[in-house]
Amino acid sequence: MATGDVALGVPKTGSSAALSSASKRIVNDFSIQVATVNGSGSQSANLVLLKSIFGMGIPVSGKNLFPSNIAGLPTWYTIRASKQGYVARKREIEFLVAMNSETAREDILSLPSGGAAIYDVGLDLKQYRDDVVCYPVPFDKLTAAVCPEAKLRKLVRNMIYVGVVAQLLAMDLVAVENAVRRQFARKQKAADLNWTAVKAGYDYAATSLTKQDPLVLEPMHATEGKIIIDGNAAAALGAMFAGVTVVTWYPITPSSSVVESLIDYMKKYRIEEDGKANFAIVQAEDELAAIGMVLGAGWAGARSMTSTSGPGISLMAEFAGLGYFAEVPGVIFDIQRVGPSTGMPTRTMQGDLLAIAYLSHGDTKHVMLLPASVNECYKFSMEAFDLAEQLQTPVFMLSDLDLGMNNWMSEPFAYPEKPINRGKVLSREDLERLGGFERYKDVDGDAIPYRTLPGTDHPKAAYFTRGSGHNENALYTERPDDYQNLMERLARKFDTARTLVPGPEVVQTGKSKIGLIAFGSSDFAVRESRDQLKKEYGLETDYMRLRAFPFSREVHAFVAAHARVYVIEQNRDAQMLSLLKLDLPAAEITKLRSVIHFDGLPLDARSVTDKLVLQEEI
Amino acid sequence: MATTTLPNPPAAPGPKRNRLGLQVLDYRGGKTTLCAGCGHNAISERIIDAMYEMGIAPERVMKLSGIGCSSKTPAYFMSRGHGFNGVHGRMPSIATGALMANHTMMGLGISGDGDSASIGFGQFAHLMRRNLPLIYIIEDNGVYGLTKGQFSATADLGSTLKTGVINDLPPIDTCVMAVELGATFVGRSFSGDKKQLLAMLKAAIAHRGTVMLDVISPCVTFNDHEGSTKSYKYVQEHEEAVNEVGFVPSFEEITVDYDHGSIYDVEMHDGSHMRLRKLHQDYNPTNRIAAVTALMEAHEKGEVLTGVFYVDTTRPSFTDMLNLVAEPLATLPQSRVRPSRQVLEQIMQKLQ
Repeated sequence: MATGDVALGVPKTGSSAALSSASKRIVNDFSIQVATVNGSGSQSANLVLLKSIFGMGIPVSGKNLFPSNIAGLPTWYTIRASKQGYVARKREIEFLVAMNSETAREDILSLPSGGAAIYDVGLDLKQYRDDVVCYPVPFDKLTAAVCPEAKLRKLVRNMIYVGVVAQLLAMDLVAVENAVRRQFARKQKAADLNWTAVKAGYDYAATSLTKQDPLVLEPMHATEGKIIIDGNAAAALGAMFAGVTVVTWYPITPSSSVVESLIDYMKKYRIEEDGKANFAIVQAEDELAAIGMVLGAGWAGARSMTSTSGPGISLMAEFAGLGYFAEVPGVIFDIQRVGPSTGMPTRTMQGDLLAIAYLSHGDTKHVMLLPASVNECYKFSMEAFDLAEQLQTPVFMLSDLDLGMNNWMSEPFAYPEKPINRGKVLSREDLERLGGFERYKDVDGDAIPYRTLPGTDHPKAAYFTRGSGHNENALYTERPDDYQNLMERLARKFDTARTLVPGPEVVQTGKSKIGLIAFGSSDFAVRESRDQLKKEYGLETDYMRLRAFPFSREVHAFVAAHARVYVIEQNRDAQMLSLLKLDLPAAEITKLRSVIHFDGLPLDARSVTDKLVLQEEI
Repeated sequence: MATTTLPNPPAAPGPKRNRLGLQVLDYRGGKTTLCAGCGHNAISERIIDAMYEMGIAPERVMKLSGIGCSSKTPAYFMSRGHGFNGVHGRMPSIATGALMANHTMMGLGISGDGDSASIGFGQFAHLMRRNLPLIYIIEDNGVYGLTKGQFSATADLGSTLKTGVINDLPPIDTCVMAVELGATFVGRSFSGDKKQLLAMLKAAIAHRGTVMLDVISPCVTFNDHEGSTKSYKYVQEHEEAVNEVGFVPSFEEITVDYDHGSIYDVEMHDGSHMRLRKLHQDYNPTNRIAAVTALMEAHEKGEVLTGVFYVDTTRPSFTDMLNLVAEPLATLPQSRVRPSRQVLEQIMQKLQ
């Protein structure tokens, strides 16, 4: 990797153990990195590589490390093949495709000894590393031969490296062709041209390069029936199947593709037979308006949502408090990126926990869902709409750039078996029977009141919603007892939320004194790290993956059952640990320890293992 | 637009009722907490009259507001209508969301000059652009009342506060902005002009699209003194109407013929007719450029121009452009908003 790790002072060469000699093959367990410039159209080629490996049945994950820029700055795409099924980021890159002359030197210096690199003949990278297998390729010559049209050459050039990689790694050409054809499914001509380019690269490698590195890909059967999707598209699917009807957004990286995917799906599947839409999507003027529209729509009875990232969350603070206090449902997706401020818009972080948990002034608290896979992006997206209407409050779904914008393997998503839960809404008939209602009264003992929707055709249906002090009847009040009663009920409602949100996922052996707590996209690395700890250090760990805030009671039980509990998260200030401290009994708090990672790159297992081992003094 | 589901008016004599059989009483709200003589109370009264006379079912109205004296008033009229008093300057976004959720409702937004021309100027602008079907009333007194009398952005250049502070920044004319930005019905009235305001409100109810009415509404406590250009006295002395607004609702027969040379007749979306008697020679309320010119000239002369400045009944409203199903989105059943199992399977297939 040419950024991040280098900047953090990790030695560039010889840092990791040299790869075993070419005589001992390394099968389905290494990473490929394609270094390009953004705007060069390499994304299609990289996806073809990823999907070819997936098509060969090999567990694979891809990560796009891109700049906040339109064109011309360095971009890296990393593909990890892992026969064990690990999909977290791996720090070491074994196979490099150096297409960016600006970073080529740094890129090749970051390879371990025994690694391999493909690069343009003109670059002469051999001079920097005599311990790396070098494969110079005459890209311009090969491209010109298959692509007479000069303006397409920049794009086609990328497919040449796909072919070279495919040949050198002994990939299944049928899988590669399938991936190319699917990538350009709607454009036969483009598919043909790109496939020709892949073959040209493949043939060149076969005739002119001699395989000298130990890296190969061999077919497996580990991906059959699985899908590949990014977290943002998965969240969009969840919203569509949740029956979302009003969607608002203001474009922001890395969340824009939530609504962009949703627009595509809704146009296809939510237009009725007469051509009319049973949904409304609007691009708002800013995030203040986006959440204002969500609350207006939620108040009027729609299933409403918006999607944003950190800066948008900051702008939404005042409205978030209104939603909490006036008890208006709405779903807010936060695809987290690196803050504070503009931060690094195209880098990942779990940094908005504290900001969202108490977003807005006064005593405000919010429900947060913490998906850790594309499947949970889908499932929790549906769950979020039910919870928002059940609890009559804004519900925040915290994904992140790594989960949201990268492609992940998953089991196919299951169709929702639970009917949509629209919460406590009184109809005209209910009002007829009851003779009226009190909007903010706890009738059922769960602190969740009943509401009506505008348009309910009954003279007693209306109530006045306000962000100012209100009593059980929704009338303005400044009385101390009215205010206290309301705030205490809202606190009790938050306790009800503990019982409704998804509980943690716990892996407990009953033998270990050490517990790990993580959430969201950290899960990929933590799973792998637990295996490393066991294999390399003989250390058994229990694991609890948090899936929501407020915490359910199992969270307390898990901490109570362990001597030391490591909270692993991707931010500087150990934000989840802070939330746990506020929730746990005093005696348990001293058990908590912190493993943090906040360089903007996705968490990797080695970082977790190293930091944990250091604290355990093994 | 409102639909009628209530019984026909009874034949027997009794209290006066409208075409829905409702009395004025059915349109009343809670007791006002504003100052005695506040222009806002008069506006609330005219809203009640207009809704009653137009026979709008109060249950079919969403009252939306921001923060400020003006934004409190939805609690003081039409208690049977649904009210949402949100956050400062953000009524437009709440209204937009609410009307997307249920485009069959009538939207009535109440704002103030601080709420719309300062903190909420961005949302004001974008609501106008969208031509959201909403009656947007700015109760305009040139000062912040609840925080005790600071200037707002509609205060005229040279206008003074009670303390003697002189406003040295130019005012924002919300009517000029609304015309420029795309509102399809723009007018200005005065809380003290019962007849004009009532006729304008009735025409507003008949319009589909954004109606932006800037209603000068003197603040008797902080801005009704000598030196203020938003006082009762100043407005009475400087009001200059471009036209006299008449209104014939769709459910009333047109009996009087009119002189085409002196009156602009505008057929509204619901079949009503707004009749604008020309007071200014050749003022054409369908010409945006003329509207802006007239407003800017009036500023130069120190006049408070009132009347209907601009109306366009052809441009589709925001909710019309969304191509929505006939029913409110809010209450569509699961069978219509959750695609089938086959759809999910088809999508999963493509992702393999």
